[in-house]
Amino acid sequence: MACIEARGLRKAFGKTVALDGVNLRVEEGRILGLIGPNGAGKTTALNAILGLTPYQGNLRVLGRDPWSERDRLMLDVCFIADVAVLPRWMRVSQALDYVEGVHPRFDRAKAEGFLEKTDILRTSKIRELSKGMVTQLHLALVMAIDARLLVLDEPTLGLDILYRKQFYDSLLNDYYDRTRTIVVTTHQVDDIQNVLTDLMFINHGRIVLDCSMEEFESRYVEVTVHPQQVAAARALMPIHERQVLGRSILLFDLKSDPKSDPRSDLKSDHIERQQLAMLGDVRTPSIADLFVAMLGTQGNKPVDNSGQAQGVPQ
Amino acid sequence: MNTQVNAVPESPLGSQTAPAVMSQTRPLYWSIRRELWENRSIYIAPLALAAVYLFGFLISLFWVPRSMRGMGAHGTLPPVNVLAMPYSHAAMLILLISFLVGIFYSLDALHSERRDRSILFWKSLPVSDLTTVLSKASIPLVVLPLIAFAITVALQLIMLLLNAAVRLVSGAGTAMPWAPPLFEMELVTLYGTAVLALWHAPIYCWFLLVSGWARRATFLWAVLPPLAVAAVEYVAFRTSYVGSLLHDRLGGFTAAAFDLKDKNGVPIDAHFIPLAQLAPGRFLSSPSLWLGLVFAAIFLVAAVRLRRYQGPI
Repeated sequence: MACIEARGLRKAFGKTVALDGVNLRVEEGRILGLIGPNGAGKTTALNAILGLTPYQGNLRVLGRDPWSERDRLMLDVCFIADVAVLPRWMRVSQALDYVEGVHPRFDRAKAEGFLEKTDILRTSKIRELSKGMVTQLHLALVMAIDARLLVLDEPTLGLDILYRKQFYDSLLNDYYDRTRTIVVTTHQVDDIQNVLTDLMFINHGRIVLDCSMEEFESRYVEVTVHPQQVAAARALMPIHERQVLGRSILLFDLKSDPKSDPRSDLKSDHIERQQLAMLGDVRTPSIADLFVAMLGTQGNKPVDNSGQAQGVPQ
Repeated sequence: MNTQVNAVPESPLGSQTAPAVMSQTRPLYWSIRRELWENRSIYIAPLALAAVYLFGFLISLFWVPRSMRGMGAHGTLPPVNVLAMPYSHAAMLILLISFLVGIFYSLDALHSERRDRSILFWKSLPVSDLTTVLSKASIPLVVLPLIAFAITVALQLIMLLLNAAVRLVSGAGTAMPWAPPLFEMELVTLYGTAVLALWHAPIYCWFLLVSGWARRATFLWAVLPPLAVAAVEYVAFRTSYVGSLLHDRLGGFTAAAFDLKDKNGVPIDAHFIPLAQLAPGRFLSSPSLWLGLVFAAIFLVAAVRLRRYQGPI
């Protein structure tokens, strides 16, 4: 069973369309990064998944309708919707007591164990904690809940790099067990490149890229082209080109791996990895590079839903 | 739905077999406790008032016995309503402050969680909107009356003991009547507290609904529209049905729940209401009470529905 399944998910605020017919399917055990520019519809999509906002279209999360069954869904779903939503008047011990009181799957010993590794005192009020500590506390509460889906919406916004690294490290080491599903949105995409198993780009309320990280690595290639090879490289139709320190960096979409494609007549369409290696230094692009390539050049124009980048810079 | 196999070895076996559904009362119980953690004024305000009142009463004890002695010397016995006065004033003040605390609590209850964005945390837990709204409504309707009654009883008992002690020490003696029939007063206080909570239920529930709806200025949104309707009615038709309805909702419980005249037709003194003057039958059969409760229920249902749609403001 898919953990999240959406078909034709729509949501409009007045004349602003936040979600424009989103189709997505997230299998259990995946770590999905949902990446998009501000106002792309990320938070709206997550709010619909969490039962925080009504929507049109078809959406099932763990087999339930989130809008009508939010309280029951929350037995199996956890979320950190934003940094610093923990009530500031509460004491750390009260937060532990309360979650233990209302959540049957909360393992208090586990949460206490996570807190042992931090400087957070049980008697502190949340208003007295630093932003990083509040996030640590929230993560400790959430990781001690035996949930099947964890949704993180900008969980590390405003945190320094040490807290951010620690956040994703503990998520991977102490929580993720290959049966749980994690969906995360963030603008700090470099933090999560090695965390994700799947990647989605969303723009103007539509999914514009949906691939696994294996696919991402085999499909997209970035080449720092030797100066004398620039014309030859451009002839291979890169999807993006940028200049760094006087050198051209071209991003190519290999579409599919020729080695795994048995149909030989399609081979001529493919750019071979070896072909690119002769033009310059080849590496896997960062998610941020692909994001800029696919969304940065298109301004505010909507793109089509095929998952292919359209805009080739001239 | 398949049960998930937890791959973390150190996790206790119990967590995998934990019941998916808890009894409905447990989240309600913890939600009410949470309200008491957040709003400590619910018990601190009446306690502080009781302490201040007790302090004043203590000072009064040093000159009241002398005046009582003077009264006794002239052969006039203090009437029961005079004896009851400090005790009933204590009860009235504590009921008044718990009314005020209840009003301000209700105005803030569904607003502060949106203002400080913590609604996103509360909604991430398996607690339904119904449970949350009921836990918040139970504060002015159940918890505050119980606290007010308990504090009143404790305060009046301490007053009685202090009074007795001062009399014994000062030699004023206890030969002549010096204290009201406190047990009877407590029963009347209990009745009055329950009557007040039921009578004011639509006010609290209306304020709760406004606190869940208004983005700011909850007090104005709660108070001005009913007043505006009353004013328009008066200006347009020179009638004041709405105005008298509002007035009745605030103070009409006395006429509904008590016989304000004794069997001889003499108006009773509110400082001491004998048990015989209670009219629970009439109160429970008054249409005004039930109409009010119907409105309270409508406001609560609306607040529950509304909370589903609400997020941070």
